[in-house]
Parts: sequence; C-alpha cells; structure tokens
Amino acid sequence: MTGAIWNLLLALAWVVLGGDFSGVNLVVGLVFGYITLVLLEPQVEALKGYPARVPRIIRFIGFFIKELVQANLRVAFDILTPPWHMQPGVIAMPLKARTELEITMVANLISLTPGTLSLDVSDDRKVLYIHAMFLDNEEELRRNLEEMERRALELFR
Amino acid sequence: MIDAIKGSLIIAGGLFMLLASLGILRLPDLLTRMHATTKAAALGVILVMLAVALHFGEVGVVARSFAIIIFILMTAPVAAHVIGRAGYFVGSKLWSGTVKDELRPNYDPLTHELKSGLETEANARRQPKENDPD
Repeated sequence: MTGAIWNLLLALAWVVLGGDFSGVNLVVGLVFGYITLVLLEPQVEALKGYPARVPRIIRFIGFFIKELVQANLRVAFDILTPPWHMQPGVIAMPLKARTELEITMVANLISLTPGTLSLDVSDDRKVLYIHAMFLDNEEELRRNLEEMERRALELFR
Repeated sequence: MIDAIKGSLIIAGGLFMLLASLGILRLPDLLTRMHATTKAAALGVILVMLAVALHFGEVGVVARSFAIIIFILMTAPVAAHVIGRAGYFVGSKLWSGTVKDELRPNYDPLTHELKSGLETEANARRQPKENDPD
C-alpha cells in the first residue's frame, strides 16, 4: 500500500515539475516512479514486496480478460444454438481464502466470469457454493476455479 | 485504422448486450438467466466505454470511462450474487436439466443454517454470532 502511494506521488511530482498535464505523461511518471521504487526496495523496509506485486497484478488482469472472453463466447454459443448443451448445477468449492476481504474478492471474481455465479458462503466460511452452467467436465472446472483463486490470493499475500 | 477499432468495439459491445437480452428470453431458469444478463451486459458496457475513451482521447473523458468500467466490475457481480442467492433461497425452481445441487442438502430452511459439509465438530460447537446473516 505504501508502495502504491509513493508510486503515485512520484508520478504526480513528475507531472507537476514537467508542466505537461496529460494522461500519457502521467503514465510515463508512473513508470519512472516504479523504476525508482525497484531501485530503492533493498534499502527501504516499507517498500518490501511492492515491486514484485505489480507485474503479478498485470499478469492477473491479462489472465482474467482471457477467461472472461473465452467463457463469454461459450455462453453466447449456447444461447444462440437451439439445443441446450449446458448442464447447470450447484457445486461446493472449498475455500483457501480466510479473511472476509479475500472471500469477497474471490467470490466477486468467480461471479464475473461467465458460466459461474457464486451463490453463498457456508456459515463457517470454509466452502463457497457456486452455480455453474457447464458441468460436463467438472474436474476441469474445479481446476480452473482453484487456479483463479490461487492467482487472486497471490495479489493479497 | 483507429476508426475501424472503435467501430468494431462498439459493434462487439452491442452484440454482447443483444446476447444478454436474448439470454433472458431463452434461458430456462432464474440462475442461468443471471449468468447471461450480468456478464454479457458488463462485457458489452466495457467494450463500448473503451470505444468512447478511444474516440475522445481527452484526459477527463478517459478517466470517466475507466471509472465507469471499474464501477461496473465492482457492482455487477454483487448484484448478480444477491439476486441469485435470494431467488435460490426463496425457492425458485431449478431447470429440469440441472445435473447436481450440492447446496440443498447442507441448507436448513428452518434455521437458515448453511453447513459446509466439511465440518463435524467445529460447526456443531459453534455459537451464533451477532453479525451472522439471517
């Protein structure tokens, strides 16, 4: 968190001192600020872990967009063709996320990808109940969900 | 070139929204309908907003269109989850082709207790908390 704030402050300083108030220049400032923070990381305790987190976030966004488009096309195909290929059902997924924030994030990400909709969390917060549209290959679906959860948790820990 | 990109983004966005509305009409039960409406519509709005950002290319417009994308991404899954959950527990019927339901056996409609199916002693000894959902 401290890292992100410093990165933003450095970018703002870059924009103000440069006098060029445009979006592109802000991005340039963010990149230079990030490079500065990477160089400073070994010296400053508060910045530990921030430089490694940024590429992870970018990779996660890429992975998420890929999943989103793929799954959307699959749902679209099923809506457009007359016979139903879908096999919907409710499955229970054991959660590795522990805190409320982590569970919220994981549940929201699962809801956002088409084909899966998080329904509820069990009272002891160990299992997430998910409504899935395509259960024809349950093993693969579970693997994908776990992969998504693992990648999402990496961003917090 | 940039015109072609903008045009295809808007057309793709519109197509996804059309698919969402077709999904509401065609899909058989509440939960599958929630699948179609939230995700396809959200993706449609995102694509249209990207096209808007490309078209104007001003800082204010770009910032606003990205803010809209982020707010859509934050609110759409929450709304889908709440509607789907409420519909499920109120008792809307699942489609006849539903292959499995691992939630029903773990849910007690009288106490609204939802077990995880993993517990044996932990949940039995658990005391109700003040902030538990009803």
